[in-house]
Amino acid sequence: MNWLLVGIVALSASLGDALQTLGMKLHGEIHDFRPRALGRVLGRLVRNWHLGLSLVLLGVSFGAFLLLLSVADLSFAVPATAVEYISTTLLARYLLGEKVNWRRWAGAALVACGVALLAL
Amino acid sequence: MKTRVVAGIVVLANVVGNFCLSSGLRHRNLVTAGSPAAWLEALTSPWVFLGVAVLAFWMLSRLALLSWADLSWVVPVTAVGYVLNALAGRVFLGEQISLARWGGILLITAGVLLVRTTAIRTTQPERPREKRR
Repeated sequence: MNWLLVGIVALSASLGDALQTLGMKLHGEIHDFRPRALGRVLGRLVRNWHLGLSLVLLGVSFGAFLLLLSVADLSFAVPATAVEYISTTLLARYLLGEKVNWRRWAGAALVACGVALLAL
Repeated sequence: MKTRVVAGIVVLANVVGNFCLSSGLRHRNLVTAGSPAAWLEALTSPWVFLGVAVLAFWMLSRLALLSWADLSWVVPVTAVGYVLNALAGRVFLGEQISLARWGGILLITAGVLLVRTTAIRTTQPERPREKRR
């Protein structure tokens, strides 16, 4: 049960992040940082379904995390969800087609281990 | 240059937002206190309000960064925020950092430095679609 919840937390957060990235890449690079231009960007983004769905997924992830906290210790929950760094990198590689070389894999793995240690 | 500035803003907004939330919520123990009055009082504290506002800004700045940078670059690199969060907790809130935590800080820093040596973007930009009117 606990690991099932960990899986839901990590997978929905990673999927949400991947959808956010997809939505932003479809929107295109932001060049103009003047307030008026950013306002126009915001106006377009609220109609972007990728971002809407990503918020739903992040909500699911947060809800599952709260459920996890109600059945498991924080010292289990936080390190276990560090697996997110791996699942996000996997989705970035296979869903978004980003080129993940060994330095990026190693970096993501180090960060995941570090986050796990931080929560002990 | 743009990436550095925006990534720096993303990290700082995350650290400041979490710090504000922590300042507003610590020692209240909402889990066991549980009375609606305690919740209301905590959630209307200026620190919590400020924290939520800063974290909303964090999310928007992260979206801006994702409009050109790889997700597999942004996620590990902005994890440096964990390190700054831990250090902010120690310096400003007087929290203790155990040996295991120092180890975690070290690993995260190494991971961030490693990912920072990779290209920021490895996908092709979408071909510009027909201009919207």
